[in-house]
Amino acid sequence: MRLTVDHVTSYHYDHPVRLVVQSHRLTPTTCQNQSVLDWSVQVSDGIEGGGFRDGAGDWVQAWTVRGPVSRIDVTVRGTVETHDASGILRGNREIIPVTAWLDETAPTRPDAALRDLAAAGTGADALALAHDLSARVAGAIAYRPGVTHAHTTAAEALALGEGVCQDQAHALIALARLRDLPARYVSGYLFADAEGAPHEAAHAWAEIWIDELGWIGFDPANRCCPDERYIRLGCGADARAAAPIRGIARGVTHEVMEIAVAVAATQQ
Amino acid sequence: MLSRTADNLYWLARYMERAETVARLLEVGERMALLPNSEQGYRNEWEALLQAGGMADAFARKYGDPVQRNIESHLFYDTENPSSVASCIGRARENGRIVRTALTTQVWDALNTAYQELRELQRAPRHDGSLDQLTEWTRRHTAMVRGAIDATLLRNDGWDFLNLGYYLERADATARLLDVKYYVLLPHVDFVGSGLDNFQWRMLLRAMGLHRAFHWAEGGEITATKIANFLILNDKTPRGLITCVDGINRHLDRLRQAYGVSTPAQAAGRALLAGMSGITVTEIFDEGLHEFLTRFIREAGDVGQQIHDSYLSGDMR
Amino acid sequence: MTTFFNEMMTGGGVRPPYAQLQDWVNQMPADLRNLKQAEAEALFRRIGITFAVYGEGGDPDRLIPFDMFPRVFSAQEWFRLERGIKQRARALNAFLADVYDRGEIVRAGRIPARLVYLNEAYEKAVAGIRPPKGVYSHIVGVDLVRTGPDEFYVLEDNCRTPSGVSYMLENREIMMRMFPDLFRQNRIQPVEAYPELLRRTLASVAPDGCAGDPVIAILTPGHYNSAYYEHSFLADMMGVELVEGQDLFVEGKHVWMRTTQGPKRVDVIYRRIDDAFLDPLCFRPDSMLGVPGLMDVYRSGRVAICSAPGAGVADDKAVYTYVPEMVRFYLGEDPILQNVPTWQCAKADDLGHVLDNLADLVVKEVHGSGGYGMLVGPKSTREQIETFRAKIMADPDNYIAQPTLALSTVPSFVEEGVAPRHVDLRPYCLVGERIELVPGGLTRVALREGSLVVNSSQGGGVKDTWVLAE
Repeated sequence: MRLTVDHVTSYHYDHPVRLVVQSHRLTPTTCQNQSVLDWSVQVSDGIEGGGFRDGAGDWVQAWTVRGPVSRIDVTVRGTVETHDASGILRGNREIIPVTAWLDETAPTRPDAALRDLAAAGTGADALALAHDLSARVAGAIAYRPGVTHAHTTAAEALALGEGVCQDQAHALIALARLRDLPARYVSGYLFADAEGAPHEAAHAWAEIWIDELGWIGFDPANRCCPDERYIRLGCGADARAAAPIRGIARGVTHEVMEIAVAVAATQQ
Repeated sequence: MLSRTADNLYWLARYMERAETVARLLEVGERMALLPNSEQGYRNEWEALLQAGGMADAFARKYGDPVQRNIESHLFYDTENPSSVASCIGRARENGRIVRTALTTQVWDALNTAYQELRELQRAPRHDGSLDQLTEWTRRHTAMVRGAIDATLLRNDGWDFLNLGYYLERADATARLLDVKYYVLLPHVDFVGSGLDNFQWRMLLRAMGLHRAFHWAEGGEITATKIANFLILNDKTPRGLITCVDGINRHLDRLRQAYGVSTPAQAAGRALLAGMSGITVTEIFDEGLHEFLTRFIREAGDVGQQIHDSYLSGDMR
Repeated sequence: MTTFFNEMMTGGGVRPPYAQLQDWVNQMPADLRNLKQAEAEALFRRIGITFAVYGEGGDPDRLIPFDMFPRVFSAQEWFRLERGIKQRARALNAFLADVYDRGEIVRAGRIPARLVYLNEAYEKAVAGIRPPKGVYSHIVGVDLVRTGPDEFYVLEDNCRTPSGVSYMLENREIMMRMFPDLFRQNRIQPVEAYPELLRRTLASVAPDGCAGDPVIAILTPGHYNSAYYEHSFLADMMGVELVEGQDLFVEGKHVWMRTTQGPKRVDVIYRRIDDAFLDPLCFRPDSMLGVPGLMDVYRSGRVAICSAPGAGVADDKAVYTYVPEMVRFYLGEDPILQNVPTWQCAKADDLGHVLDNLADLVVKEVHGSGGYGMLVGPKSTREQIETFRAKIMADPDNYIAQPTLALSTVPSFVEEGVAPRHVDLRPYCLVGERIELVPGGLTRVALREGSLVVNSSQGGGVKDTWVLAE
């Protein structure tokens, strides 16, 4: 499938800021699941910093903006050819060993409820167990925007019974790790056609390591594994670590962020 | 040099000089209080001095009436008062500790000794009539630090930032002391030229350690005109405004030469000097001494701001 | 009753390295000694060397007691120590280079994967990043104890930012000022080259493409830190800037320092702040001490950070057990220095042994430091042991245990005159393009009679450490 992305993130500051430093994971993963036809990331008034491939295989690109500035636009545009690989991530070059992804982080720290849910998971093998856990998350945390926020933990979302894709991914990661399956958070884009679920095009899901198969994506929000409608950008232990844009502004009083994303399928 | 280091040196100097100024304020206040014949009695002078130091409101909130013992607490000992001698010396020493390696052992010793002795003074029981000793103590230690700087410190850019701090603070202090005397202390314009007026002028000179220098430099009767000339326009007066402005320009010039670039700080320094060059004391009185001093304080503040923006903030390109 | 090895006196008399000191101490009248002691204290206070070693915390204006009686090694003794320390420093760096790359030692089954990769000090952000010259830990502090003429044990390694080196230098400086004759009579190898060697080590790991002399800065948490004196001392001795996080910023591809002449590029950062505070963008977002974006510059190869973030995974107390294995695995050599036998309470067998023998063991927290959270079995009451037993059983993973070592003693000045007191040793090994070790280190001494705890927070002091020339 050929997908085009048009993604603009705008930051507005009520007082001009002196210096903005950002770290981007905004380049599609180099892997067999997708190939980039064209891709560009632009930062208004930005100075391009260093770029490198990190231990998880993601391309990280640093940017700085010299102030004073009261608005910054990060514009991502490009076209990617995607292929369905049954959710299996193929051909990504990574150094971080699988064991390291068993580490718990603040948003994925388990509580009693998460432990119970993890213990309830069943499956003939690891793969079946992972599918089961993903289904349990989808059942336990209903998709509902606006009830959770950026710092909500998996435990809190489970207690609420509602959340967005970030909360569902965090919960699934927590469950997988409890069952000794390495897991991580993935950020990317999702193309949803007319019949598709009404999720935002900027999307997140989880990857779980299954011996013999490798990293497999699970998207509890859509009760499926990522297919050709998905574009993978990067991963991390949790949402913060995998964030497409991480940034700090010097001298900020108040920041408002606006995001506009459109992912469309183009005729070949 | 790191901007923060320059900033620490600059503030070290400002705080030392400020400690000395506050001690001088205390001294002026005490002397003036000895002359209880102004209309509102002694209370007025102390209040005026607190106003000159910008400390009147904080003082009133904490102590109420301005009686000498309270004033002494507030201006000397009180570490909650950011302008007290104790606060100034503590902050000067802290700035020095941060840039310890940019100072010589002698400078650090002088600073640290002042601080350690101060801690002892704060612990010791207080007795009446010690005000003289306190002001004398402050003057001795500020002079020791200043002397150690002059005698031992490398004449690099750090030296310039220290001196800029000293000269700016001193210019500001002299202008304020002069203004307080002229504008605030005298209850009525009828008093100009009166015995009280003259007494106050003499006390002011004495507090600045300049009464003998005045006689050498100007001679004869003490008049407002002579005093103004002496403290503003006479370039032989050690704490005089023009002397400070000259010093500011000299050190800004050294920085320009050392760094090979001119900044808005140099322009501001030159403007301040231009405003004082070639004018007469008559012209100053025509403008109004208070008006002149207010303008001077503002413009000197602007030079400080430009120095901050051009060198100390770390934000320049 | 345990007998302790006295480094000066043996049954046969004075050991050769201490020969000259015998006369020195015998001929020193008590009043001169007191005078000198007061003089030393005044010197320390004047130069302002007041801080706690090894991040023990405490009053920043506190002096650590300085004991004037030096600790002496012969050239031969040092030769072996030097080889052992350098070997260890090489192995630890090889381990770090490996676990942030292919992890061969884990794949070979020589160390458990979880111990390494789920270690708190392991940093995913560093995986796959090869720092200049492949060095991760540039200053390795190896803590040693001695139990006999030829028996040295490594107590722990410090691969992050070992402190205390300013004491090594100042102790020497003060001894030379007070007792110049001693230095004429004994051929003592100098330690004064340390700052220059450190500067060269740091310069040697400057990023590729850094033209001319690299700009080096020491990054300190600030002047409230208990080791601030050491930071400013080292910056001064090396002639480099001492910076706080607020003095640095990232713009474009580089890190810059805020100076009175505008931004100046920084090539090498010797940081004295913990990983977690280095870069709020990468690590703790609430850190005010670090530099936003620093890690991206580091990871794209345009600044060196010494030691590398994540270097702590090599000096973890649980990983420590495997250092001899690292020496064999990476260097193909036999370890010259021995580890103290260590039981890991995380292992069921070891835990059983530990709980059965608490009265004879020293039990430590895996991540603890400064002698706190520690049980010294033979010195504890029954009640203390039982309290500690409960703590271990509640969280066995958090504890390791070692036999009580018969720490050697060195004569020290005490109230009654001269008496033996227990000591340890921390030498500072520099790893850059070359591996360097100045002949000396920091000797800590437990000044309380019979005490085996040398931490300054618990009555410890310091001594000048001599290595004699051949």
